[in-house]
Amino acid sequence: MSFRIAPSPHGHVQRATSDVMRWVVLALLPGVIVQLVFFGWGVLFQLVLAISTAYVCEALCVQARDRAAWPVLKDNTALVTASLLALSIPPLTPWWVIVIGVIFAIVVVKHVYGGVGQNIFNPAMAGYVLLLVSFPVQMTSWLPPMQLSQYSLGLWDSLHVILFEFTPDGYSVEQLRTSVDGITMATPLDSAKTDLSLGYTASEALQKPIFSDFAGLGWQWLNLAYLAGGLLLIKLRIISWHIPLGLLLGLCVPALLQVAFAPDTSIGPLIHALSGATMLGAFFIATDPVSAATSNRGRLYFGLLIGVLVFLIRTWGGYPDAIAFAVLLANMCVPVIDKYTKPTAYGHRRES
Amino acid sequence: MQRSKAQIEQGHIWTFPGGIHPPQRKTLSNASAIARPPLPPQLVLLVRQHIGQAGDIQVQVGDQVLKGQPLTASGASRGLPLHAPTSGLVTAIEERPSAHPSALPELAVMITPDGEERWIERQPLRNYQQLDAASLIDLIQQAGIAGLGGAGFPTAQKLAPQKPLDYLIINGVECEPYITADDRLMREYAADIVAGIEILQHITHIERVLIGIEDNKPEAIMAMREACQNKPQLSVREVPTKYPSGGEKQLIQLLTGRQVPSRGLPIDIGLLVQNVGTAFAVKRAIIDGEPLLERVVTLTGEALQRPGNVWALLGTPVKHLLHYAEYQPQSNGKIIMGGPMMGFTLPTDAVPIVKISNCVLAPTTQELPDSGAEMPCIRCGACADVCPASLLPQQLQWLAKAKDYDALDEHNLFDCIECGACAYVCPSDIPLVHYYRQAKAEIRQVAREKAKAEIARERFEARQARLEREKEERLARHRKASAARQAAQADTGNDGDNAKANTGEPSAAVKAALARAKAKKQAQQAGAENEVDVKTDSDEKQTATTKTDDKSAAVAAAIARAKAKKAKPDGSPDNSEMARLREQRKAEARQRKAEREQQAEQQQAAKTTTHDEAPQQASDDKRQAAVQAAIARAKAKKQAAQAQTDVAKNDAASNPTNSDESADSNPASTDKPATDDDRKQAAIKAAIARAKAKKQAAQSSTTQQPQDDNDS
Amino acid sequence: MSVLTAIIVIGVLALVFGIVLGFAAVRFHVESDPIVDQIDAILPQTQCGQCGYPGCRPYAEAIANGDDINKCPPGGEATIKQLADLMGVEAKPLDAAHGEEDVKRVAVIREDECIGCTKCIQACPVDAILGAARHMHTVIEHECTGCDLCVEPCPVDCIDMVPVETRPETWQWNLKQVAESHGIPVKMVE
Repeated sequence: MSFRIAPSPHGHVQRATSDVMRWVVLALLPGVIVQLVFFGWGVLFQLVLAISTAYVCEALCVQARDRAAWPVLKDNTALVTASLLALSIPPLTPWWVIVIGVIFAIVVVKHVYGGVGQNIFNPAMAGYVLLLVSFPVQMTSWLPPMQLSQYSLGLWDSLHVILFEFTPDGYSVEQLRTSVDGITMATPLDSAKTDLSLGYTASEALQKPIFSDFAGLGWQWLNLAYLAGGLLLIKLRIISWHIPLGLLLGLCVPALLQVAFAPDTSIGPLIHALSGATMLGAFFIATDPVSAATSNRGRLYFGLLIGVLVFLIRTWGGYPDAIAFAVLLANMCVPVIDKYTKPTAYGHRRES
Repeated sequence: MQRSKAQIEQGHIWTFPGGIHPPQRKTLSNASAIARPPLPPQLVLLVRQHIGQAGDIQVQVGDQVLKGQPLTASGASRGLPLHAPTSGLVTAIEERPSAHPSALPELAVMITPDGEERWIERQPLRNYQQLDAASLIDLIQQAGIAGLGGAGFPTAQKLAPQKPLDYLIINGVECEPYITADDRLMREYAADIVAGIEILQHITHIERVLIGIEDNKPEAIMAMREACQNKPQLSVREVPTKYPSGGEKQLIQLLTGRQVPSRGLPIDIGLLVQNVGTAFAVKRAIIDGEPLLERVVTLTGEALQRPGNVWALLGTPVKHLLHYAEYQPQSNGKIIMGGPMMGFTLPTDAVPIVKISNCVLAPTTQELPDSGAEMPCIRCGACADVCPASLLPQQLQWLAKAKDYDALDEHNLFDCIECGACAYVCPSDIPLVHYYRQAKAEIRQVAREKAKAEIARERFEARQARLEREKEERLARHRKASAARQAAQADTGNDGDNAKANTGEPSAAVKAALARAKAKKQAQQAGAENEVDVKTDSDEKQTATTKTDDKSAAVAAAIARAKAKKAKPDGSPDNSEMARLREQRKAEARQRKAEREQQAEQQQAAKTTTHDEAPQQASDDKRQAAVQAAIARAKAKKQAAQAQTDVAKNDAASNPTNSDESADSNPASTDKPATDDDRKQAAIKAAIARAKAKKQAAQSSTTQQPQDDNDS
Repeated sequence: MSVLTAIIVIGVLALVFGIVLGFAAVRFHVESDPIVDQIDAILPQTQCGQCGYPGCRPYAEAIANGDDINKCPPGGEATIKQLADLMGVEAKPLDAAHGEEDVKRVAVIREDECIGCTKCIQACPVDAILGAARHMHTVIEHECTGCDLCVEPCPVDCIDMVPVETRPETWQWNLKQVAESHGIPVKMVE
């Protein structure tokens, strides 16, 4: 009698790449829901647009590269990239912005470099940076959270804005951004940055209604929702804790020092941590395994580097938020980090 | 070190990085006591049971062997002896599929048991304490004991270096899922194991013993603790269940916090590790005088109706065990020798149990499904997280695929213990360990070839030097001889009679030497140019046929060779021509070979006819056949030659030799009734015939080559 | 005037750099094996002469003097690649005029047919054949490089070139091969 032959090990943990990616998307859900609550239906349309564009691009690329399409489409990596990009941009951004961003992320950043596992940059963040640099107006047009908004947009209104850049009633995005008291709203980080650059002290800047809660209306809950999703991923051992911890430390420790030494120009670690894209970046973006460092020690350094870069750019750079730039810069450093954080193999330890 | 020793004494358990927790599935097989299946109809005893050298076979087909009788002895190779596991008849000694992932055939002794279990005389040794370490080690060697845990390193060799060691570690961890052989052994034979440990202690003079057992075997731990009572130097250590804590290096780290240096051995850090099964075998060998004949094998997997542990005789075919455990044939089923993590699949159930087989696993396809198709690596780092050796599996994988052997070495590929944890967790289903194994095998192969090339180069250079030296010596001799000759001539002029008696002989010798020297020089030149001098060949053959005195023949040949050489323009070697000649000769050789094979079939037919003619020569069959073969071959060659010459349209050159040959080979064929001819005669004739045929072929080829020497 | 200044400046600079480079070349000179030794180390040392030279060393010398690197069938593609790296030239396919890459072989003498002529002993470039005149010869298998130079001189054609057998310890973990040799018709996960 003859039998099948296979290389050992013969058992296998039943978690494939597609499962990992699916869990990542599932862990995003709390954040998606909070974003829906505070920023309206636009998020949903951006997600739909991004995901469908991503799958079309992926299929075409795989076809062009003469690979079997099904296993590649099935691995859910495009889903994650598209979701992250869709969640990073303002919800009412015109449709063509997200489409361009996703095409760039999937075609250029991912497949031109050789497909999944080969890209050196985080596709979602590379796409985001392209959009931010190319379409700065659209990409910074965040609506105020619902509580502060003058208008409440329905499902149809949102879709209309995304498709035609005006609501059916003829309001532009710019008009929609004005708050109850007639001031154009910005994100908490943007508002703080502008005020600080205008010479206000931090305490004055934080008097704005958007900071009426502990870390920015709406944004704080959004970040807490991503934090919850991220902790779930750590619990499921889908991501390791090293990158998020490193990132938060790298961001908050300098922020604390700033509070201690220059309180007037400091918005404090809490706002840094719970505003902007910090938690999304820490748990979902920076942890993209392909473009991150590989050893645990390396991951810690990678996270720290991103955190410090975020702090530096937010404080002294030209952009209010900096997750995308910081992640891309850290991606460039990965080979170096990997080289110097190679764990000491068994039997190579110096015996005392 | 001192601090760590204190910690060891306190029972501190260290940890090692990585590791995984695959489903244990040990309850399948650990419930029932170790059973003894019926004797198999045939035992297949692979001569090589483990790594290292095999012993020399001591029995012959047809021998009746007793249980425990050595089948092989260590001999010059220092291999481990192998013993007959039961009494019976040696029915064959031939190659059989080995218990190796390759299942490549290896030499095996086949024994058909007679069921009587007759032992050879055993020499139980109750008071082994009176013997010194060396003789006990020798007894262990004679009992054929190899490490029963893993690779099967000969235990005696492991014990041999007498060096003060801190701890003897007994490995009862058994971390692989499914396997419960050591578990059952410890439960049922704890006292024997402890006795074995004490023997090992006596041999190695190690005072402290740590027995490591995974905490998923509470009964075994209890049994061992009980057996170790009142023995303060033995301590049982419970280690947390984690794969691969049973790896030698990992267990060392768990129990002592020390790390075996890369490419080193436990002995380098003052430790000796033995498996519980080995300790048990040592006890049986010394106290009971029974060599290693059987071992506990776990038969498990959901495809077996009756899983459990059995005492399996070495050489029991897996088929017999599967039948015993009521294997339910699976479509696309796998049979794994060893555990699911490190075991290998068997292509056939004819593979026998060897000293290192601890488990036969027959899973259903649902139980251990095949891994899916390999997907691209997403650098998730799960492999690095679980690697117990702190390697970077994904980098290794890329380097292995790129065949970058230097970088693989830099990334410590050879520190990989092939535990399979990385491949187990890989979400992309990459068979990482398989890549490492292939890379390791290839690196070893490259190293082997490199070493071989180095030897070849040395030998080639030595030979060149030798040829050069010989040439020098010949020249020197030549000068000396001519000087002597001149002196002798001068002498003969001076005093006549005396000189005649004195120099007559020397001058002849000198002449012969001169001729020989010349001939040799020529031959050497020819050799150096990779030339085969066709004409010399033929001349030599003629001299051989005349069977004249050795010396004169050699001289004649030498002269002939020298002549041939002279006729040939001597100059710097023209490589293109040589290459072409060489090609042509090769083509001819190939053709000849092909025709010879074809002829061999005809010769077979011819043989049968001659048998009909002379049936009384049955006893001389062999010789007869050889002669006939030679004749046939000669004929074949002749034909080939003729064909070639026909093509070359050169009848004149080939015809006379042709007739010569037929004249020559005819007597050979007529000779054959005279069967009392001695063998040599026949062989020589065959050789002559062959040589002639060859000459023919060669000649025809030279005539096709007009630029070659034309005086044939 | 300015032209002159420029020329002088550049001239001085050239001189200074020339001195620096010259000094560096002497000071940081890297001792390396002569190129012939390096080439020789790459060649497989079968001494088979298929390249047209009477051994590996002569071929190494020829390569150093500009001969093609693709004349070594026993070394095959791997050797060509290494030579290309070393010599800084493009790797090219093996020159078929010198033979084709083949499995490793060793010479085996069919001993009952050997007439003891010693011709193969003289032909063997690495002295891997043992024997004396009129006595049977035999090949020392692990010293044989498989050059097949002994095959031709044999007057009775009793030397075979036998492919080197794979042993478990030299097996290259080719599971597909195992499956095929046992007639298992399965798709393999490679």
